[in-house]
Amino acid sequence: MNRHLISAADLDRDDAIGILDTAEELARAEGRPIRKLPTLRGLTVVNLFYEDSTRTRTSFEAAAKRLSADVINFSAKGSSVAKGESLKDTALTLEAMGADAVVIRHPASGAPRRLTDWVSGRVINAGDGTHEHPTQALLDAFTMRQRLAGGPDRHGRGLDGVRVTIVGDVLHSRVARSNVLLLATLGAQVTLVAPPTLMPYAVDTWPCRAGYDIDAELRKSDVVMMLRVQQERMSAAYFPTVREYRRRYGLDSSRMALLPEHAIVMHPGPMNRGVEIAAEVADSDRSTIVAQVANGVTVRMAVLYLMLGGAAEGSA
Amino acid sequence: MSEEWLVKGAAIVGGEPRDIRLKDGIISEIGTGLAAAGATVLDAAGLIALPGLVDLHTHLREPGREDAETVETGTRAAALGGFTAVHAMANTEPVADTAGVVEQVWRLGDQAGYVDVRPVGAVTVGLGGKQLAELGAMADSAARVRVFSDDGFCVADPLLMRRALEYVKAFDGVIAQHAQEPRLTEGAQLNEGEVASRLGLAGWPAAAEEAIIARDCLLAAHVDAALHVCHVSTAGSVEIIRWAKSKGWRVTAEVTPHHLLLTDDLAGDYDTRFKVNPPLRTRGDVEALRHALRDGTIDCVATDHAPHPVEAKETEWAAAANGMTGLETALRVVHKAMVDTGLLDWAGVATRMSIRPAAIGRVSGHGNPLREGAPANLTLYDAAAGETPVDPAAHASKSRNSPFAGLPLPGRVHSTFLRGTATVLDGKVTR
Repeated sequence: MNRHLISAADLDRDDAIGILDTAEELARAEGRPIRKLPTLRGLTVVNLFYEDSTRTRTSFEAAAKRLSADVINFSAKGSSVAKGESLKDTALTLEAMGADAVVIRHPASGAPRRLTDWVSGRVINAGDGTHEHPTQALLDAFTMRQRLAGGPDRHGRGLDGVRVTIVGDVLHSRVARSNVLLLATLGAQVTLVAPPTLMPYAVDTWPCRAGYDIDAELRKSDVVMMLRVQQERMSAAYFPTVREYRRRYGLDSSRMALLPEHAIVMHPGPMNRGVEIAAEVADSDRSTIVAQVANGVTVRMAVLYLMLGGAAEGSA
Repeated sequence: MSEEWLVKGAAIVGGEPRDIRLKDGIISEIGTGLAAAGATVLDAAGLIALPGLVDLHTHLREPGREDAETVETGTRAAALGGFTAVHAMANTEPVADTAGVVEQVWRLGDQAGYVDVRPVGAVTVGLGGKQLAELGAMADSAARVRVFSDDGFCVADPLLMRRALEYVKAFDGVIAQHAQEPRLTEGAQLNEGEVASRLGLAGWPAAAEEAIIARDCLLAAHVDAALHVCHVSTAGSVEIIRWAKSKGWRVTAEVTPHHLLLTDDLAGDYDTRFKVNPPLRTRGDVEALRHALRDGTIDCVATDHAPHPVEAKETEWAAAANGMTGLETALRVVHKAMVDTGLLDWAGVATRMSIRPAAIGRVSGHGNPLREGAPANLTLYDAAAGETPVDPAAHASKSRNSPFAGLPLPGRVHSTFLRGTATVLDGKVTR
């Protein structure tokens, strides 16, 4: 594996499957009475969050703590960051604290990549601007494999031939970027569906298909992933009204009925119920939304374990 | 005290070796086997003599951002790059939108004495795009401003642009436009294309430059005024300018050295040295710009030298300042991009880096072919010096944000003369 996890493209197929398999093993450990593993004892993981994201931060925090790492939460609010300290100076501070890994969430695309120039520890991208969110893609892939490739023989397997349709604001979605790259690495066939205004420029250079017709794609999907659409996109003329967006791209019960019987519905959260996804769809049996959250912790444990486990042994 | 030089055996714009005598600020004699006759002899065998380079687009940062550059350090960098005149852009703090500020910049240049500093006046008050600055007062000032630009910002209001183009006709001025449609580039970070899309950076579409250039060409034609297009960066812009020129309209254009050599894929690791406005484009754009510079569609090279302190670039991409230094590398980049590729000979370089920019900027005393009686503004360039990597730490500019750092470039500026006085000898400033 690469030294850092900035992009889903940093993972080759073996890396990605290794993470999923490790997550499976850790999930089994979760079932045992002792939930805490000693693997990362003595190592420090810093959660450096420049954006409010309770769900991702607590997921990483739980993952690190279950591996016995020391966790420092460093958030933009109430710290020197709010006083205008630069990312570099913050990085040097974390370096002085002896951070073995920095988990960073930042509103600017590329901030995690810049951070790698200034810290000696591992850097894990927990979402940067409209760039990537690789651990979200890993937990999504884990969830897909769990639901679609059931049974013990899924160990070592990718997602070959699985048809995944990602719907919504792809242009601004770091989740979509990471999923396209990771799912392609794992052999899935990805199709993006969005209004043309929210489809990235030069999407034809991405390892996926792209289209505008959700109904046609749903009929041939094993997975449909709905992306959050922000209402403020309306003011920038990406679409006329929320009502029209919902009508053309929202997933309601009648659209869900177009899916093959085995297909699952995913959403990275937080959801806009009644906009991109109807409440009855979000709460249906096909929805994996709650499972995604639970899987987030185990997949992040696997990432920390594989990236830092060697460091812990070396320091022992 | 007037210096007297005998430059021995220089190839004038790449021609046969000649001796050039510099006396009383002019080229007093050109020949072969000239006697020193009291002059200091400079052995220029193997060197190319070019008319002193003229930059239409330099950010000297003074007054206001002396942490990035001063007139003193910026003009020293210019002389080391082979320049004898530079146009100092108006986006200082305070903005050069009054006679007072342009005279201050002009005097600072005069005192530094490395190159002639020609201040550019702002088109609108405070670069605000709302109200015309006192263009006439700047034109009549001691700085004799002829080029006006809100560079950094586009004069986006079409009516204001039309009025500015018309108004400066009274004193033979030219409006140099930073062509960037503001609504189409809100939050824009990098050329809208495959790279920006992958990196999740907001795109800067080529159409946002081309739309303004097309509009401005039509306005310039309508009022028969002089339009200069700053830092052309796209293949589409080239097509529009070619069309406007074919109509006989008074449109001129410049291209920067970095747009002649670098492409947007360099931003792949979010290295902020490559953040610039207009952004680096694609290989196809670079090819179109090179050919446009060769065929004259683009008149000249201008550096857009934009120094920034370290902290302005040591940030995440979106927070980083736009701009790159360029004075000390311009001629070497043009050598690599245009001469080594066979697109231009040295006479062609002289036209595009001295003669045309001096004419567009209405700079008297510069941009003259090297002939007897011409002002002794010239640059000696060692084109045979092998490629050496660019080292920004060695630059005279106060800033280090060169996109060419570590890149091997051919050639070396040997000496620069301003009105017969050596400002640079053997690659070093004379004082």
